Amino acid sequence: MLSGIAPGLRWALFGVFALLSLATIFVVVLRAARPEKDVTELWLRIKSWWIMAIIFSLALILSRTVAVIFLAAVSFFALKEYLSLIPTRRADRRVLLLPYLAIPIQYWFVAKAWYGMFIIFVPVYVFLLLPVTMVLIGETKGFLRAAGTLHWGVMTTVFSLSHAAFLLVLPEEVNPPAGGPGLLFYLVLLTQMNDVAQYVWGKALGNKKVIPSVSPGKTQAGLVGGVLTTTVLAVALAEWLTPLSLLEAGAIGFLIGVAGFLGDVTISAIKRDLGVKDSGQLIPGHGGIMDRVDSLTYTAPLFFHVVYFLHY
Amino acid sequence: MLVKGLRLLFFALIVRPVIHVLFGVNVRHRERLPAVGPALVVANHNSHLDTMALMSLFPLRDLPKVRPVAAADYFTKSGWMAWFSLNIIGIVPLDRDARKRGEDPLAGAVKALEEGNILILFPEGTRGQPEEVGEFKKGVAYLVERHPEVRASPVYLHGFGKVLPKGARLPIPFFLDVFVGEPVAWQGDHDQFVDALKAKVLELGSQAYLPDWL
Repeated sequence: MLSGIAPGLRWALFGVFALLSLATIFVVVLRAARPEKDVTELWLRIKSWWIMAIIFSLALILSRTVAVIFLAAVSFFALKEYLSLIPTRRADRRVLLLPYLAIPIQYWFVAKAWYGMFIIFVPVYVFLLLPVTMVLIGETKGFLRAAGTLHWGVMTTVFSLSHAAFLLVLPEEVNPPAGGPGLLFYLVLLTQMNDVAQYVWGKALGNKKVIPSVSPGKTQAGLVGGVLTTTVLAVALAEWLTPLSLLEAGAIGFLIGVAGFLGDVTISAIKRDLGVKDSGQLIPGHGGIMDRVDSLTYTAPLFFHVVYFLHY
Repeated sequence: MLVKGLRLLFFALIVRPVIHVLFGVNVRHRERLPAVGPALVVANHNSHLDTMALMSLFPLRDLPKVRPVAAADYFTKSGWMAWFSLNIIGIVPLDRDARKRGEDPLAGAVKALEEGNILILFPEGTRGQPEEVGEFKKGVAYLVERHPEVRASPVYLHGFGKVLPKGARLPIPFFLDVFVGEPVAWQGDHDQFVDALKAKVLELGSQAYLPDWL
């Protein structure tokens, strides 16, 4: 099984699990050295990272179809979490079937590498059809608000995230080091490392807040440190996983750093609006699935379109 | 034996995957659920899923001991539905008309408690309006009066009336919320006991963020 994986991807996977092992050892040592400190939350978070990394790696290694189905499942859980979180109208109960149905259809276009339909299905067809199903039910009170919140949910959880999956079906020969799986891994690794780096830099050097009214935890040091770390990592990994030149990789690393931050604070604004801290409880130590893929809803489409423009 | 195996398979292969994967349950204070019977779990009622979800919160090995109390006139009216309710779901039938005939409506439930079962009970007696808590009936108080050592764990369920309300056939996936409270003991008064239970259930529901369902 492992022999089928591109060498670049194999080393990147190895690196991720080495890093997780280091983090685990760090917490074990910390717990032994300073037993008075409560590391339960950190421990839970690392345990969840292990599970997520193992599931994601397996999906990536097993086959392209498995990886696409895995990302469709991520969309499903994210959409379900979103719909469970937002105010919805009783009258729209059956309307909500359409956003769910959009997932298998959108990911089927991905699996078929049907770019034209992939790129218009949600923004055109779902956009037009969703309000029609609401009109047919006939309830006009709160119509605009309901249509708006539903569209926002489908765009982020289905359309945005499916861009990560489309990386898998891009022509292999353009990216000799690692093909589609390499690009997907590059995107997800950089996005998640960016989250971690922003958090760690913020904790270490936290000073002025960036947007205290939305997300009081975000500091300027965290943002700058995170973006720089992600840029360096993007350049360092580009050769192994992507067709990008070093200059392109640096620019894309910077883009992922900034876009990841923006995705994070956008979802934070929604949570703040609704009055919740976490989007759910699916991932112990992290919160809900939206808390984990919030950055990805911004980085996935941007990364995809820049890479697509430059090389495909 | 065969039927018991079927019941186990039905819950392991159908009910639990649907409840935990297709919908997904967030449980607050699962540890407050009774670990052994005899015990009562008392919840608000909005959907047939309520029963399935509550039963899925117990370990599979305890399944034989976990039984919902359900209206006999509804669940045992037709042959195949009666067989399914009694054997696969494992309901304890409650005959709502027994008193008119001079019989004891709680006989089945009392017997099930004496056999050490964990009973699931919906004192509203009906699924009612989606996502609203109606009046609690007093049967649960009369049941506990006869076995004052039995504790009743109040549970607030949210989301079930959105997934599958009364009258709907098509379930829509939503995350389900289950809030478990500290068990309530018999105090010697029917009204007081039922009021205390309902107050606890409502209080559990008021502590969390629940989105509007207008």
